[in-house]
Amino acid sequence: MKNSLDENKPIFLQIKEQLEDSIIDESIKPGERVPSTNEFAAYYKINPATAAKGINELVAEEVLFKRRGVGMFVTEDAQEILIEKRKKTFYESYMLPLKNEAKKLRIQESELMEMVKKGDMTNEN
Amino acid sequence: MKIEVKNLTKKYKDNYALNNVSFTLNETKIYGLLGRNGAGKTTFMDILSGQILANSGEILIDGENPFDNQRLTESICLIKEGHNFKKDLKVKNVLKIYSFFYPNWDQELAEALIKEYNLHPESKVKTLSKGMESALGITVGLASKAPITVFDEPYIGLDAPSRKKFYEIMLEEYQETRRTIIFSTHLIDEVSLMFEEVLILREGSLVLQEESEILRDNTIAVSGKIEDVEDFLIGKEVIQKKQLAGMMTAYVYGKVEEAKMHGLAVEGVPIQELMIYLTERKKGA
Repeated sequence: MKNSLDENKPIFLQIKEQLEDSIIDESIKPGERVPSTNEFAAYYKINPATAAKGINELVAEEVLFKRRGVGMFVTEDAQEILIEKRKKTFYESYMLPLKNEAKKLRIQESELMEMVKKGDMTNEN
Repeated sequence: MKIEVKNLTKKYKDNYALNNVSFTLNETKIYGLLGRNGAGKTTFMDILSGQILANSGEILIDGENPFDNQRLTESICLIKEGHNFKKDLKVKNVLKIYSFFYPNWDQELAEALIKEYNLHPESKVKTLSKGMESALGITVGLASKAPITVFDEPYIGLDAPSRKKFYEIMLEEYQETRRTIIFSTHLIDEVSLMFEEVLILREGSLVLQEESEILRDNTIAVSGKIEDVEDFLIGKEVIQKKQLAGMMTAYVYGKVEEAKMHGLAVEGVPIQELMIYLTERKKGA
């Protein structure tokens, strides 16, 4: 859980992304309960309606499901759904800025590819 | 409760405190009412709570005028930045009086709050420090549980930990029982995450009314080479721009993704900054 939120970005998106990250890296597992709207509101001093919006979108995406009177829980397929979704925005969120910066610095495509591979090797070591 | 503001105008001699202001607060939300000194915030809140009359136009609460209207005045609690209470009253008597006035009064909450803020029930209002008096105002505002609770810069002299406590309790209360809260303050950074909707007044006119999440999503600061930024700005509503060393930063209504596609550096604009740019007095205008 992050300590504070970024005031420049929609708050409900940040709540949503935090939950997504926790589900993807398995800090919250299928069948487990996620914090409630009120818990988020109290933790970050945000409007409960805003927190609810983030949580409700995840319900609509079938990442969370509601047990009446108990709370919100992670669905069985949550992780898979989220990884698929994140892959779709990977190009826009990560590749495009990378390519833009490379262009600005006049880095050739071949040079860029080499760097991508170099990164892999250091990770493996 | 629905609040309709229709062509509201209030003049003090030749100065318009409010000049033909119209808007509607439809839902039970936490509203942020922002603007610089003299923008008309306090005048609006005074008319809303039935304490003064407008020169023309009106405010209707659930279709009725609040001035001299018993049913409505007990539904509205206005806490101002000072002089909320008679100086000779004791703290406990202040609470007693308000408990008679507000039908939803929560005595338990009031007692918990004066304990939290170290207010002694036997102390007289005139012996309280500024911060303590503010704490008493906050106590009354929260415990009133009035369907429309209005805080006009309620925490003069209140230290940061006490303000934080106030926000915590206000949110807790709001979660338990939704009510319309109108909050006016200059400490925007501290509270903007609690606002669901923001209204900005400038020199007696309404310049903006929007949901805060929509604002966060649609106001951006883009930076890049002057010609690239100018190119991006075509057909957009620009709030403010500035230049330095061949680079330009423009505050504009637009989407982060779109600016990224243009290869521009982009950031969101906090509500505090947006308020500053929207209310800057135009030079020569």
